[in-house]
Amino acid sequence: MKICITILFLFLFTDATAKLWRVGAGQQELSIRATINKATDGDTIFIYPGMYKEGQLIITKKLFLKGIQYPVLDGEQKVEILTIRCDGVVVEGLFFKRSGRSSYNDIAALRIADCRNVIVRNNQFESGYFGIYSQHATAAIITGNRLQSDAKDEVSSGNGIHCWKSDSMHISSNTVTGYRDGLYFEFVTNSYIKSNTSYGNVRYGLHFMFSGNNSYISNVFRDNGAGVAVMYSKNIRIQNNLFADNWGGAAYGILMKEITDSRVEGNRFQKNSVGIMLEGSNRIQLFKNVFLQNGWAIKMQASCMDNSIEQNNFYANSFDMATNGELVLNSFKKNYWDKYEGYDLNRDGVGDVPYHPVSMFSMMGERNASSMMLFRSFIVGLLDKAEKMLPVLTPVDLKDHQPLMKPLKL
Amino acid sequence: MMRTMIKYVVLDLIKNRIILVYTFFLLLMSLGMFSMDENTTKGIMSLMNLVLIIIPLVSIIFSTIYVYNSSEFIELLAAQPLKRKSLWLSIYSGLALSLSLAFMIGVGIPVLLFDGTLTGWVLVLSGLFQTIIFTGIALLAAVKTRDKAKGIGVAIFLWFFFTLIYDGLVLLLLFQFSDYPLEKPMIALSMLNPVDLSRILILLKLDISALMGYTGAVFSNFFGSGFGMLLSVAILFLWSAVPVWFSLKQFQQKDL
Amino acid sequence: MIIASNVTKTFGKLKALNNVSVSCSKGQTIALIGPNGSGKTTLIKSMLGMVVPDSGFITFDEHNILHNWNYRSRIGYMPQIGRYPDNMRIGQVFEMMKDLRKNSTASTDEELITAFGLHKLMHKKMQTLSGGTRQKVSASLAFLFDPDVLILDEPTAGLDPVASEILKQKMMQEKEKGKLILITSHILSELDDVVSEIIYMQDGQLKFHKSLEQLQEDTGQQKLAKAIAQIMK
Repeated sequence: MKICITILFLFLFTDATAKLWRVGAGQQELSIRATINKATDGDTIFIYPGMYKEGQLIITKKLFLKGIQYPVLDGEQKVEILTIRCDGVVVEGLFFKRSGRSSYNDIAALRIADCRNVIVRNNQFESGYFGIYSQHATAAIITGNRLQSDAKDEVSSGNGIHCWKSDSMHISSNTVTGYRDGLYFEFVTNSYIKSNTSYGNVRYGLHFMFSGNNSYISNVFRDNGAGVAVMYSKNIRIQNNLFADNWGGAAYGILMKEITDSRVEGNRFQKNSVGIMLEGSNRIQLFKNVFLQNGWAIKMQASCMDNSIEQNNFYANSFDMATNGELVLNSFKKNYWDKYEGYDLNRDGVGDVPYHPVSMFSMMGERNASSMMLFRSFIVGLLDKAEKMLPVLTPVDLKDHQPLMKPLKL
Repeated sequence: MMRTMIKYVVLDLIKNRIILVYTFFLLLMSLGMFSMDENTTKGIMSLMNLVLIIIPLVSIIFSTIYVYNSSEFIELLAAQPLKRKSLWLSIYSGLALSLSLAFMIGVGIPVLLFDGTLTGWVLVLSGLFQTIIFTGIALLAAVKTRDKAKGIGVAIFLWFFFTLIYDGLVLLLLFQFSDYPLEKPMIALSMLNPVDLSRILILLKLDISALMGYTGAVFSNFFGSGFGMLLSVAILFLWSAVPVWFSLKQFQQKDL
Repeated sequence: MIIASNVTKTFGKLKALNNVSVSCSKGQTIALIGPNGSGKTTLIKSMLGMVVPDSGFITFDEHNILHNWNYRSRIGYMPQIGRYPDNMRIGQVFEMMKDLRKNSTASTDEELITAFGLHKLMHKKMQTLSGGTRQKVSASLAFLFDPDVLILDEPTAGLDPVASEILKQKMMQEKEKGKLILITSHILSELDDVVSEIIYMQDGQLKFHKSLEQLQEDTGQQKLAKAIAQIMK
């Protein structure tokens, strides 16, 4: 925010030569394109309410485009509406509508290409292919935008906010819905993604790969076709996010594939088919998260190592954990499990017998999916009880040695 | 005529000590489960086990014993100018009604008060179906076996079969044929057992369906669809009617 | 009125009725006697439609009773053992029977209820009653609808002498009205004054069907008990 204000001040007061252009019906200028052509670096263009159908606009000068009461820029389903190719451009308060679609190249409503310090702020996007597309951008700020599209399937749709080979991005307080992936990052580093809401997208709410050193704070990812999937990245911080209502055969609160040295803290996973799915992920700290009413709170493939799961709350999940292997090289400590039936004789708040989060039926379900037909039947209850006393199928070493008697205040 | 008969059977049964204890027990359980968990879903889960295990047990055993204990009275009634059919159906209806009433007071009303959602309704409906179905099965068991002790044994076995043995066999089958796609046979198999069918209907409403992965998708697509729902309810109705129909055929020819 | 023709019934290996033919007419009071397991109760139950014969048929007023139930509105039946729903009161049992048979007769005959003093016990639950009282209820029910035919299975067993006498008086009275009364009984001495005909059964077979006079003549014995004893020898 501070940066925005500073830049705003720079534009309005410090540049003595800067000029203010007004575009709109009854204003000095009628065409945005003509105005952009006439303007010089540092100028400000106010765009007044109206419908502008001006094809593709390319900005190669350092301009400040400000929409007054959301003027509509209509792409007529043919073109990319706005392309920014200059450092320091600010775009604010515009309504991007009906940008083009293509099966050959990724047409976006707004593209930021090969430039630095661009700000895209408080705009609205409706029915298009890609929303905001950033390529080779550095330190762009994308904030307060509202993106809404009408994707039907994965093939014919684009992503809401798509960043490729970008660095030090600041993406916050955007709302994205109805795209293929709400937020998509590939080769994006050192970025900060905060307080965005991504819901109702046909594939993932958030999808990134090969993107290290990023932080995801206080975002909401809910009701997306397949939840959230993050892959092949290091040093990720995922904090205080909400992952909710991702139901389906292959839907995950978050799927972490080959993510290493990362921290997942203070998040809430609620009503997902699988809360967290871990595949080939190492050295992840799962700390102080809440898992509530998921099918499986955590599914951890045997390919995961040295992860530590500490001080999380597990409530009302159908299964707390599932794994596909015998060998367990991860540590579980001081979590609260609502299914724990042990006792605490010395009253230190920690159960005296370890808790085995993997139930026999959860293992059975891994091996033979059809056995889910017997979920919660009497016989399965009996088998689970028997397995608890004499483990045969479940990994003996997968246990929480210090299960908490009471839930943590999270 | 039937209405009069049913009225008197119900009048007798609602004063029955076992029915009263049963009602009270159910009420205690459901109130306990709802007050223990702040989360009503969990309460519903626990109640589901009650509905799928205790309700069939009590319905089948109580009804069997009732029929045996009333054999002299049934004889007396058979000597009255009544059709055997209406006599037998009255006894069935009276039993099913009284047990359903006990269930509604014990479980139905608390569930609908604490959790008036669709899930709650499905649970209550399933409980009613279990009551009716197992009363019918009890009648069939009782009319087929003359000896009281043997009849009660058969009833207990049938309960055991539907709540446990059947699922055990299914499990065995699943692992024997784990190399084959079993989703569709599973749907058929779950239709053949009213307890399984009810359980799956409740689970689907609790939205656990999606967790079942690919199979779950097959399940929820089938049972979640209008057709699947309709078929399930139709099958439950069949389960309520067919055993009674067989028992009726048997009773009409039975020497009292 | 009731005619059984060649009725045979087997239970497993046991021949309960073996080609039994019998004819019972209005105004007769028939004692159905024979040792235990001779098929008396089975014959009665066949007449009531509770047991379906393997072969042969039974008619009531010249109508086959098979698949028919309406004729039973003209029969009053008192079973050997009367058991009623535990939680019903005596009053409710009478209420119920009246409800169930309300189409058959307009007026009811409550003479026995009063004679047995049951009207004072109407609020008592069936489960609290003694066997004798239950028999009284059963007897009262049999006579309640003033039926043309009375079928009484061991009516006096379990009744005290006073009640027995009341029942006997009632039977005589009904006999005078020209009703058909069928009684099975072990206690033959009690039947002397009432009975007009004797049917004797043994091993599922009908041994004879004679009038009391005929039997007395044949055996030379005046007392029924003695006459039968003579035959059984």
